Amino acid sequence: MTTTLTSVPYRRPGLRGLRLFGRGPLFAISVAVLAALVLVAVLAPVLAPYDPEALDLSASLVGTTGDHLLGTDQSGRDILSRLLHGARTGLLGPLLVVGVSTLLGTLLGVVAAWRGGWADAVLSRSMDLVFAIPGLLLAILLVSVVGPGMTAPVIAMAVAYTPYVGRLVRGIARQEKARPYIEAYVVQGWSGRTVCLRHLLPNIAPTVFAQSAMNFGYALMDLAALSFLGFGVQPPTADWGAMINEGQGAVLQGAMLPALAPSACIVLAVVAFGIVGEGLADRIARREK
Amino acid sequence: MNAMTKTPTTPVLEIEDLGVRLPDHRAARPVLDGVSLTVRPGETVGLVGESGSGKSVACRSVLGLLPPGAHTTGRVLVSGRDVLTLRAKELAALRAREVAMVFQDPRASVNPLRRVGDFLTEGLRAAGTPADRAAERAEELLDAVGIRDPHGALRRFPHQFSGGMLQRVVIAAALAAEPALLLADEPTTALDVTTQAEVIALLARMRAERGTGMLFVTHDLELASAICDRVYVMYAGRIVESRSTDELFDRPRHPYTAGLLACTPRIGAGAPPPRPIPGRPVSLAETPPGCAFAARCPHAVPRCAEETPALAPHGEGTAACHRAEEGITL
Amino acid sequence: MTRFLLGRLLGLVAVVFVTSVVVFGTIHLAPGDPVTFLLHGRPATPEAVAALRAEHHLDDPLVVQYGSWLGGVLSGDLGRSAQYHQDVTALLGSRLPGTALLVGYAALLVAVLGVSAGILAALRPGLLDRMVLIGTGVATATPSFVTAIVLVSLFSVQLGWFPGPGGGAAEGLGARLHQLTLPAFALALTFMGLLARVTRSAMLDELGREHVEVARARGVAGRTVVRRHVLRNALGPVVTVGGTMLAGLLISTSIVETAFDVPGLGSLLVQSVTAQDFAVVQAVTLLSVVAFVLVNLAVDLLAPLIDPRLSPGEGPS
Repeated sequence: MTTTLTSVPYRRPGLRGLRLFGRGPLFAISVAVLAALVLVAVLAPVLAPYDPEALDLSASLVGTTGDHLLGTDQSGRDILSRLLHGARTGLLGPLLVVGVSTLLGTLLGVVAAWRGGWADAVLSRSMDLVFAIPGLLLAILLVSVVGPGMTAPVIAMAVAYTPYVGRLVRGIARQEKARPYIEAYVVQGWSGRTVCLRHLLPNIAPTVFAQSAMNFGYALMDLAALSFLGFGVQPPTADWGAMINEGQGAVLQGAMLPALAPSACIVLAVVAFGIVGEGLADRIARREK
Repeated sequence: MNAMTKTPTTPVLEIEDLGVRLPDHRAARPVLDGVSLTVRPGETVGLVGESGSGKSVACRSVLGLLPPGAHTTGRVLVSGRDVLTLRAKELAALRAREVAMVFQDPRASVNPLRRVGDFLTEGLRAAGTPADRAAERAEELLDAVGIRDPHGALRRFPHQFSGGMLQRVVIAAALAAEPALLLADEPTTALDVTTQAEVIALLARMRAERGTGMLFVTHDLELASAICDRVYVMYAGRIVESRSTDELFDRPRHPYTAGLLACTPRIGAGAPPPRPIPGRPVSLAETPPGCAFAARCPHAVPRCAEETPALAPHGEGTAACHRAEEGITL
Repeated sequence: MTRFLLGRLLGLVAVVFVTSVVVFGTIHLAPGDPVTFLLHGRPATPEAVAALRAEHHLDDPLVVQYGSWLGGVLSGDLGRSAQYHQDVTALLGSRLPGTALLVGYAALLVAVLGVSAGILAALRPGLLDRMVLIGTGVATATPSFVTAIVLVSLFSVQLGWFPGPGGGAAEGLGARLHQLTLPAFALALTFMGLLARVTRSAMLDELGREHVEVARARGVAGRTVVRRHVLRNALGPVVTVGGTMLAGLLISTSIVETAFDVPGLGSLLVQSVTAQDFAVVQAVTLLSVVAFVLVNLAVDLLAPLIDPRLSPGEGPS
């Protein structure tokens, strides 16, 4: 038994092992951008110079001035304030989507990999089925019944993202399960649940985390698209996707900022999430080598 | 055999004092040092060494296939022309017509998505065979290397062949342009033992029929003895011994050659048990001054660690050992 | 081969079946009586309510309702649009060509520009490769509605090269294509970036293979090696990913057609959701999923043609 115990690796120290502030300027910049984004979302009421929903029709489409750093929209609302507040809905929606889909996907993936047999067959086929229905379409369908707002898009996206996580987790959990140390624990009489929770999960967590970072960007994009279509966050609440929708008219009149400013925010956030996600996956791949 | 090696003809391959260095971080890492070897028309020459000895680099240099950034010294003459100074177009012509190579793993050397016929005609077209003639010629070649139903085989894909059969296809392709020189880099290592013998027999037959000169690279001294007229032994990027196969087996002069012979398992009553060479092989880059083999050599004297022995005539061949004349290896 | 085909078809039927159940079932997810939902708050006489219940078979058990709905769908009866007072089948038929043209245009852009960018990046390491990597990184992170805004502000409002949103469908194919150029670009950009990345990495994978070096060692010209061995072999992943993108393009038309006010299936779907024209929403959703699985099936069937090792029932002889 002592020989099998030596093959048990030291438990990886969770997220600390990811070396979040590793090499590469792009990675570091992206992490900084995301940190700033979170900070802005939390402190929006303090940072915003104006009430994001305060109408001032006399100041419609004012360009960049000392009073309005990024100008105003057609209803005279301060764009900077709306951007800052928009970070809240912009991050909250994807957070819910990624949180739910990661938890659900990990659970389904681990159960499928650990149980194998018919449980695996049923779970895998079900995930394949959901995978075949595009998330945007599912969200639109749900909105058509439930009505516009955050609820339907978030639920639909969470469901649609679950098989992405579930398939990934099932794959790596099967690999991990085949390693000798897992068998060593099982032979010692540990229950499957304990081995999964204390050893399997911590070992696959970094990969799942990297995938979730990438999913966060995609979810942000999808939810913004739904808001742009008028199905997500409803006016007058400040939201980047909805702001672009409202700014379309201004673009035709030659005023770019009402639509371009939130556009830039979305692209920046998605790029940053993408770089962080890819960077983490890269690091994990290199460490596995 | 000896008569052939003594015929005064222009060698098909003459490597003269070849040195290769690879860029590695700051310093250039040496891979080959002062390698010289000769292959005459119709002659089969073995290049034997452990992995990392530089034998594959030496072999590939004949086709101008060097790792990116490699810096070379010396000359590699194919029919009198230096490969290392050829321009891209001349190099392509040389590869298509004069020198052909058979690689280790036939599965990796043939594009799995293209038909076997394509593989053959592609080489023929590069060598200037007209398109209408190429298919016909490909069929003849497959027939020559013993592929059943050569006409049907042209339409099949590589995965529909066994490893041995696919290596026959590769050999057929190598012989397509009737090259003066054939390079074989461990051509049987990836194959089953039974197919190995068939492939070796095929190479020997082709060489005999066509009078092609061959450089046969292997880590297996026994295998080299089965097919080669002469053998060069490489260690850590340098040639340490060269002589005719018979003499090499009967009376090796370099302790490394003797060690290689002693560690080959032999079958038969009264055969000595294999004796491994102590220590591990080193590459040229990690070699200390003096003889590279000194650290593993049972006969090493203090001089071996100080002075690199030069390749000098001993017996009918050459050896690079300070004690070669003492008969230590017997 | 037959077994493989049967398996794929079975999977296809399963997906379509589940989708049909979801599409049919969502109406019952709505709070309250489906009739109230179908009327969306408009006052109605008891006779009208009864007629509506009869039309939607609302008094039958759910399974029977589903059966008669599915029967209708299979025989081409997708119900009536409350918004347009027209058969949904006819409505879809009138909107389909516009969307097909847009998706086809965008797919062409993705295939030509995306694949070329990927090939260039793989064959020219250094500055060009870095530029393509950065470009595709931004492209994949830019949602189509953002691209739409930028294109409109630049090419319609500032430069006036292309018409802006609205204005109805132009007459003649040339004018129509000119009108659809910006929407097609907006639709294509994200997918272009993705396909360029896929092409690049597939090419780099193949460039590193031994058979490519062997081909060079045999004196085959560099261009020929790239065409016959590198490009040809990289085709597999490019076609697989490209195929699934075709479905993605179709779904994204709802965003782009809305942004550019292009009359098509996508904008019809969005309008129908807003107008609570449920029969149309159901039909477009079902049609999209069917298109999605059909494209995937086509990709699966193409795979053995691209890689002969994948063709079932073939092995060493």
